[in-house]
Amino acid sequence: MKIKATILLFSTAMLLAASFSVPASGGAALEPSGANINDTASLQRGAKWFVNYCLGCHSLDYQRYNRLAKDLQLSEEEVMQNLVLSDAKFGDTMSIAMSEEQGEAWFGKAPPDLSLVGRSRGGDWLYAYLRGFYQDKSGNWNNTALANAAMPHVLWQLQGIQTPVYRQETNEQGYEHEVIAHFELTTPGIQSEQEYDETARDLTAFLLYVGEPAALQRKGIGVWVILFLVLFTFIAYLLKVEYWRDVH
Amino acid sequence: MSSDDVNKGRRRFLVATTSAVGAVGVGFAAIPFIQSWMPSAKAQAVGAPVEVNISKLKEGQLLKVQWRGQTIGILRRTDEMISGLGKVDEVLVDPESANADQPAYIHGEPRALRPDYLVVNMHCTHLGCIPQMIPEVGPQPFDDHWNGGFYCPCHKSKFDLSGRVYKGVPAPTNLRIPPYSFLDDGTVMIGVSPQGAV
Amino acid sequence: MAKSASSLAKRAGDLMNWLDDRLPVTSFWNAVMTGYQAPKNFNFWYYMGSLALLVLVMQILTGIFLTMHYKPSAAEAFASVEYIMRDVDWGWLLRYMHSTGASFFFILIYLHMFRSLLYGSHQKPRELLWVFGMFIYLALMAEAFLGYVLPWGQMSYWGAQVIINLFGAIPKIGEPLTQWIRGDYFISDATLNKFFALHVIAVPLAILGLVMLHLVALRENGSNNPDGIEIKANKGPDGTPIDGIPFHPYYTVKDIFGVGMFLILFSFILFMWPEVGGLFLEADNFIPANPLVTPEHIKPVWYFTPYYAILKAVPDKLMGVIMMGASVTILFFLPWLDRSPVKSIRYRGLWYKVLLGMFTIAFVRLGMLGMAAGTPAETWEMRVWTLVYFMFFVLLYFMSPGGKTKPVPDRVTH
Repeated sequence: MKIKATILLFSTAMLLAASFSVPASGGAALEPSGANINDTASLQRGAKWFVNYCLGCHSLDYQRYNRLAKDLQLSEEEVMQNLVLSDAKFGDTMSIAMSEEQGEAWFGKAPPDLSLVGRSRGGDWLYAYLRGFYQDKSGNWNNTALANAAMPHVLWQLQGIQTPVYRQETNEQGYEHEVIAHFELTTPGIQSEQEYDETARDLTAFLLYVGEPAALQRKGIGVWVILFLVLFTFIAYLLKVEYWRDVH
Repeated sequence: MSSDDVNKGRRRFLVATTSAVGAVGVGFAAIPFIQSWMPSAKAQAVGAPVEVNISKLKEGQLLKVQWRGQTIGILRRTDEMISGLGKVDEVLVDPESANADQPAYIHGEPRALRPDYLVVNMHCTHLGCIPQMIPEVGPQPFDDHWNGGFYCPCHKSKFDLSGRVYKGVPAPTNLRIPPYSFLDDGTVMIGVSPQGAV
Repeated sequence: MAKSASSLAKRAGDLMNWLDDRLPVTSFWNAVMTGYQAPKNFNFWYYMGSLALLVLVMQILTGIFLTMHYKPSAAEAFASVEYIMRDVDWGWLLRYMHSTGASFFFILIYLHMFRSLLYGSHQKPRELLWVFGMFIYLALMAEAFLGYVLPWGQMSYWGAQVIINLFGAIPKIGEPLTQWIRGDYFISDATLNKFFALHVIAVPLAILGLVMLHLVALRENGSNNPDGIEIKANKGPDGTPIDGIPFHPYYTVKDIFGVGMFLILFSFILFMWPEVGGLFLEADNFIPANPLVTPEHIKPVWYFTPYYAILKAVPDKLMGVIMMGASVTILFFLPWLDRSPVKSIRYRGLWYKVLLGMFTIAFVRLGMLGMAAGTPAETWEMRVWTLVYFMFFVLLYFMSPGGKTKPVPDRVTH
């Protein structure tokens, strides 16, 4: 009976915790990214995309190349040849030469460091952001996940250019306004829609990994710790039962 | 409460098992705490191998560089210095460097990959001071038969020009030799052993 | 073989004698462990105290190791936490143990306090025990708040901003008081450095002292139990309580089992789900503190949200702060507000079950609303539950002396 009560209490607590949980970025429900940090090939592709398209402006100041090599199962040569485009050493972090002042001068807002964007925004948001660029009526870049983002669509050659098709809607107060009905691919990209989704997913997985490299080991270690504790608790339970036979 | 039909053996066994498994658990739990004191990835990156250009080093000149916070000396030895090494063997503690902290590919009197370049960890094996190089052969205030070498100002330890320690001084062993290799004639890499060497 | 074993035992005995002549090891052990008679009918709720003690030890140990790598300066704090998470061997484990431990500490403490409401453990003669416990709870809240500032993320920064500004509501001295706490005109390096000192040494020392007092007060009258009966009132011919059993070995082996169960759950969270969906570690705190940008949705960590909801429910700054302060302060007076002649909920009438049930729902709902975005409907709901929260104490005071009770048995039910 006691064990049942315990299980009941803890499952209630877990349910409560789950219902308390707040989505990382709030707002509307996002499409699941399907990114998997345990898919090493996906991480390797994501790293390649990141280095070629993002690392020019966005640093990963907490991520070391040698850690990347170890976690992504790449050799030192592979990393130094394919992923290190600066004069960085193997043990260095993936930092960039652009200072915050330069970034502000060039882009209006310094491109943020992305070491932890996987943790602060979450994978689903990143996936939505990477796929959410469109060109509005005035020809400027905008994004469905982050309105008026300062960042241009650097992957447009891959994805192509989406432009929105608008639809009139009347809100509760009776005002008419335009909403985006759907997107049209007005300029096709190098990749098909499916291929681009895959690219976005790889980049998302890579950024999730960079957000918490320890996540790759954590669960594996956890399984052994928990198994050990189950064994210990079982023996402790036998011990307790043995002694408590005295108590009537 | 009664203890008439207590199975003492079973109790003892369960107490011992629980204690043993618990002790193993505590032991495992201690590992992360202990290992967190090891050099971090950052420290290791800072302690990465150092490339040194020695092409401008003159004969008899000593160049000091930092590697892992240690002062590493690179001495370009003259022919006289090299030929003079054998003269002091009797007053040395360990002329063959049998007990010295040095890579396996370092041996013999010159203690170097190339006899004309001594690459040595300058810190005295006594308490870590940095000895001065006194290359001149001849009487010194601390030694009447000085053959040239390193002299530690802290506790008067003496080493020859291969970093081998003299008898009768506090330093216990020869100066340490770090792993190193030559990239080419004019460049030495400290912290990396030659290819194929262990 | 047998001979050497017996001589070893003799040697161990000699060593114990030598020690006992100089330090009261055996007599202390006998007094607090084997000689201490605890009621034999403890249930699930009686694991929480020993587990809280375990978490306290764990927090101190992991905390010490974290301070070895953490840098308490505004310029370096955030990066040093990431340094721990990535560059220090096993640093991520130490950090997650500490962050998970903080939340579990509160889970255990809330369950521990709820146990008292169930079985009347705060009632005479254990009023002081409850008061010491409340002081521990208060110190723990301070400790948790200070610790939350240290990672110097956006939630650290803006959480500190909101909490420190609460003191600004006090008329006249409010403004200078907040400056004194911050040590600057805004939350800055000076604040962080000060909070670090308080978090790693000042408050932990206070907590340790209070825990000692709590334990001494506990052993003075002995534990209460689910039946709310004083077991010392019923002694056998040998002078020990009939319903008592020696704490050691019976409750030590039971607590070891409890520790095992707890650690399984703890490890599950720690290794599989350390953020708990933003409850234990908030997403916005992975963005470095930025005094120029407020996060869209600031809220305290879950264990503060019931009180935060009470603050938000009141449409006046000073009154809000007063009500929030009152909601914690009133708990100190529980032993004198609860005037029921019967301790345990088992022998109190339906009135208490309803009262406690409503109070529990109010507390949980306030906690959930405290972290919600705050629509007008939610604000009204918070007001209702705030009223329920305070009405619990008022009704308890008036209903407990005459409330219906059932006959209490002489012996514990087991």
